[in-house]
Amino acid sequence: MEALALHRLKWKCRRGLLELDLVLNEFIEKRLEEKDLKELNELLEMEDNDLWEIVSGRSDRYDAGHGGIVARLRAV
Amino acid sequence: MRAALELARAELKVAVLSKVFPTRSHTVAAQGGIAAPLANSSEDNWHWHMYDTVKGSDYLGDQDAIEYMCRRANEVVVELEHMGMPFDRLENGKIYQRPFGGHTQEYGSAKMAMRACAAADRTGHAMLHTLYQQNVRTNTQFFVEWMALDIIRDPQDGAVLGVTALEMETGEVSIFQAKATLFATGGSGRIFYASTNAFINTGDGLGMVARAGLPLEDMEFYQFHPTGVYGAGVLITEGVRGEGGYLLNKDGERFMERYAPNAKDLASRDVVARAMTTEIKEGRGCGPQKDHVMLKLDHLGAEVINHRLPGIREIAIKFANADPIRDLVPVVPTVHYQMGGIPAKYTGNVVVPEGNNNESIVPGFYAVGECSCVSVHGANRLGTNSLLDLVVFGKASGEQVIKDARTMPGAHRTLPKDAGDYTRARLARLDSNAAGERVVDVLTDLRRAMQAHCGVFRFPDELTLGVQKIKTIAERAGRTFIKDKSKVFNTARVEALELDNLVETAMATIVSAEARKESRGAQARADFPERDDKNWMKHTLWYKEDNRLAYKPVHLKPMTVEAFEPKKRTY
Ligand SMILES: Cc1cc2nc3c(=O)[nH]c(=O)nc-3n(C[C@H](O)[C@H](O)[C@H](O)COP(=O)(O)OP(=O)(O)OC[C@H]3O[C@@H](n4cnc5c(N)ncnc54)[C@H](O)[C@@H]3O)c2cc1C
Repeated sequence: MEALALHRLKWKCRRGLLELDLVLNEFIEKRLEEKDLKELNELLEMEDNDLWEIVSGRSDRYDAGHGGIVARLRAV
Repeated sequence: MRAALELARAELKVAVLSKVFPTRSHTVAAQGGIAAPLANSSEDNWHWHMYDTVKGSDYLGDQDAIEYMCRRANEVVVELEHMGMPFDRLENGKIYQRPFGGHTQEYGSAKMAMRACAAADRTGHAMLHTLYQQNVRTNTQFFVEWMALDIIRDPQDGAVLGVTALEMETGEVSIFQAKATLFATGGSGRIFYASTNAFINTGDGLGMVARAGLPLEDMEFYQFHPTGVYGAGVLITEGVRGEGGYLLNKDGERFMERYAPNAKDLASRDVVARAMTTEIKEGRGCGPQKDHVMLKLDHLGAEVINHRLPGIREIAIKFANADPIRDLVPVVPTVHYQMGGIPAKYTGNVVVPEGNNNESIVPGFYAVGECSCVSVHGANRLGTNSLLDLVVFGKASGEQVIKDARTMPGAHRTLPKDAGDYTRARLARLDSNAAGERVVDVLTDLRRAMQAHCGVFRFPDELTLGVQKIKTIAERAGRTFIKDKSKVFNTARVEALELDNLVETAMATIVSAEARKESRGAQARADFPERDDKNWMKHTLWYKEDNRLAYKPVHLKPMTVEAFEPKKRTY
């Protein structure tokens, strides 16, 4: 994986909610694959509270194209 | 952002620097609400709010600043409403208000005041968005993903002339020169192992102030929230106990009945946190390490848990591997809010002792929000008073900057020749060190040491040992090294710089805590269990140089009303 892309992604995973910090950090450290980069980057554009509702499974309001990454994050 | 808005409206040139996108600041986590005595849902007035805040502070809050905040609360909240903040409403269209711990009617009577204004469970989020959008409209210039590193001062009179800052995108350091520099860098809860704070809360503003030779005030006072998920820190709201959830020790005993026979699990945060710690300390904690207690909710039923406590079930399952509909949830008292910070006046001006003056203004320097100590929260903050503090003093400091700017000469002062050298040296060390301490190791040891030696209950020998440990850790932090020397978005480099700030903050906290020989608000000492107004009704000031401590009196005189005399704080 390109180092710069990973660096950028890591900083984008610094969030206002501890819940997201914990899940995203765990995901990046242990599960991230090359194929996740694009989708994850797009998903991280969301607001913290909306993103957490999706990751925690309380909401399904995400783009159809992000189903893969959402499922992987929910599994963390 | 509230201060920036004031300045931009006055057509001053404003730059807002933020480590992360502004609406991803930690304020998004605030759910409970913002306090204002609007009296929409129950009788209320600012005098009652002031009394609650003074009492809540355990009489360490400055009564003039508290009066100021409570008197301006309605104005700033209504302003937010007019800016478009989507508050919950009553049938008659007014802002809906609900009760919150510590907020009462008639000067501490048993009747709760309905004072908390909320935007569903997203009050902080809504506030950030409202203020961000207003700032975009007024053309405030945002520098997103820029990290301020150090303060630049005028060697003549100590005035603050700006900051050095790192642009993540390039890894380069620039100088921001300003006639007024305002810090709103938030809290530092990450110095503790169990923390409800997001990773971003590394006390950067505090570290910068300490390195610039300025003091930090009342840093011994951190509020612990009783119910952070064991191991993860994630907050489980008070609402859970409000709905009938309660705490159990390893024997399955509802122990709060012993500590607070009336309020039980709904007693104030510090009381519950201390009771939990006592249970653990006396061997009645749960789990193999006996280091936590259990929160019981299953008796409430799936209906209540899912509908009245949205999000709680997901948090418990994800972070505690416990489904509250069937299982007990492991919890521990978890650090939540920093009452101390950069010493500031209600005008936002940073003030430090000089000669006979305890509160001499540092020209060009302002602080607002959790990083500041105004001090309205004193030794203990009331819930929903923090968001209020941000907007009242954000606005007030904006007004003050405009006033101060009028008396300033047109041109910027010249920067000292060595401006920026200090920061460049810090970075040069990181960029050149080929070996040394790993940042994550030092950070983990720091957080564990603070948790073990400076927690809910403070023991004299533990504190003394803790100070020694933090000193050793501080030395290690001076020898950190990073493997990856790249510049662009190098998070390892950023984390090493953040560690420096955490170290200053931790040192300020434990040294101040060790010196304060009394129990007051969030500081509970095993060897001095009582509040000692005769000797300790004063603010601590900690200086980085030699860990020096100084003290200054509490402002006991409000602006226009009679003072509230100290009483024992019982609920
Ligand atoms: C889970 C939780 C729930 C809470 N609920 C409530 C509630 O209901 N009501 C209430 O009143 N209070 C609540 N609080 C407390 C309240 O949320 C905080 O005290 C408040 O949001 C702090 O706001 P702030 O503006 O001071 O800091 P923050 O919102 O943390 O913002 C700090 C800003 O400074 C920037 N920054 C920091 N360091 C640097 C640097 N070196 N360079 C550049 N930028 C930097 C950050 O990027 C960020 O934008 C809660 C706290 C928590 C943890």
